Amino acid sequence: MDWTDQGIVLSARKHGETSAIVSLMTQEHGVHAGLVRGGVGKRSRGILQPGNTVQAHWRARLPEHLGAYTCELVYAQAAVLMDHPLRLAGLSAACALVETTLPERESHARVYESLLSLLAAMAGDHWPADYVLWEVEMLRELGFGLDLGCCAATGETENLAYVSPKTGRAVSVAAGEPYKGKLLPLPGFLLAEMESVEDGQVLDGLKLTGYFLERHVYAPHGGEIPPARRRLVERLSRAAG
Amino acid sequence: MERLIGLLAKLPGLGPRSARRAALYLLKRNDSLLKPLARALSVAAENIRTCSVCGNLDARDPCGVCADPRRDDSLICVVEDVADMWALERSAAFRGRYHVLGGALSALDGVGPDDLNIPALVARAGRAEVSEVILATNVTVDGQTTAHYIADRLAECGVTVSGLAHGVPVGGELDYLDEGTLSQALKARRPV
Repeated sequence: MDWTDQGIVLSARKHGETSAIVSLMTQEHGVHAGLVRGGVGKRSRGILQPGNTVQAHWRARLPEHLGAYTCELVYAQAAVLMDHPLRLAGLSAACALVETTLPERESHARVYESLLSLLAAMAGDHWPADYVLWEVEMLRELGFGLDLGCCAATGETENLAYVSPKTGRAVSVAAGEPYKGKLLPLPGFLLAEMESVEDGQVLDGLKLTGYFLERHVYAPHGGEIPPARRRLVERLSRAAG
Repeated sequence: MERLIGLLAKLPGLGPRSARRAALYLLKRNDSLLKPLARALSVAAENIRTCSVCGNLDARDPCGVCADPRRDDSLICVVEDVADMWALERSAAFRGRYHVLGGALSALDGVGPDDLNIPALVARAGRAEVSEVILATNVTVDGQTTAHYIADRLAECGVTVSGLAHGVPVGGELDYLDEGTLSQALKARRPV
């Protein structure tokens, strides 16, 4: 059996002397791995960099087999971001997060589209806020969406400033005041579009999504947040001073 | 015989069939090839070690490159692997010192800064005689992530940190280059 699909390279691990096992986030087939013969050779190495978009043809005798990919480059996003430390950290974190959170061979077309948009946005200046919004979307796609519509205690929809770490629901300033040491800060750009987002707000957003990713997605399987995401947070913290 | 074939089959590029052919070839040339090879392997196993200064492989510690007084102490070229260092040595274009990291930071495989030879590099770069560190890591996402991380760590050492140029290779034809390399080459264009 075989299929052709467009995909974003998430990782490429050397297999044997010349081949690589490549994991792609494909449009219709979700996260899907396959063997690329000659994948560590001069011709393919540049194509199989995380973040690059490829046209992939997958072929295997049985559907449950690993199968073999042939990949043709559509867009070399990695090369565009390679000279920018923060953007490169963002690209690595996003690819690592998709590979380690989504189940294999399950279609997640929305994640594919959102990852593609995020990578394109990384060429601009305001991408850190987009990255946080993308992680909120990822949580929703994984079944652990945050409820930021109204206050969990009073029901009010204005002045929301915290998120309960237990329920993932928003809490207003007044209701959260006595417990603010235990609540997670809710950055304003997650509630309404803002023209400019400060670094501190982005870090609050990453703390929020990181908490729920760790608690709901990684911890139940004995896993940890990927080192690439930790390095992104460290780098953003340093940039924020 | 089976043990010899089994061990040869573990070498890169050799499977069980080619290992059998190699074993047979060696056994037919006992005096001219097998015994000298066995002696050379034994000597290498006894004497070759990792240089405590740069991470190179050599029969002495510090290695030949680190011990060479004619080399420029003010330049350190950082590479991922010993093979990369040997490639630069073959070019004979660099006469400074080297530092082998032993890999690159990996987003998924759990290779972190503590698994690489970075603290020793920071200590070397802090010495008064060092003026420039050249980051010659691979032009891959992991390689460049490692380079950016090292550049951050070296910021407080007061040395110039530079990287290798990316672009069109010697003998390269534009028609055959991938879009990534072309975009890098265009970004790094220079006046002619």
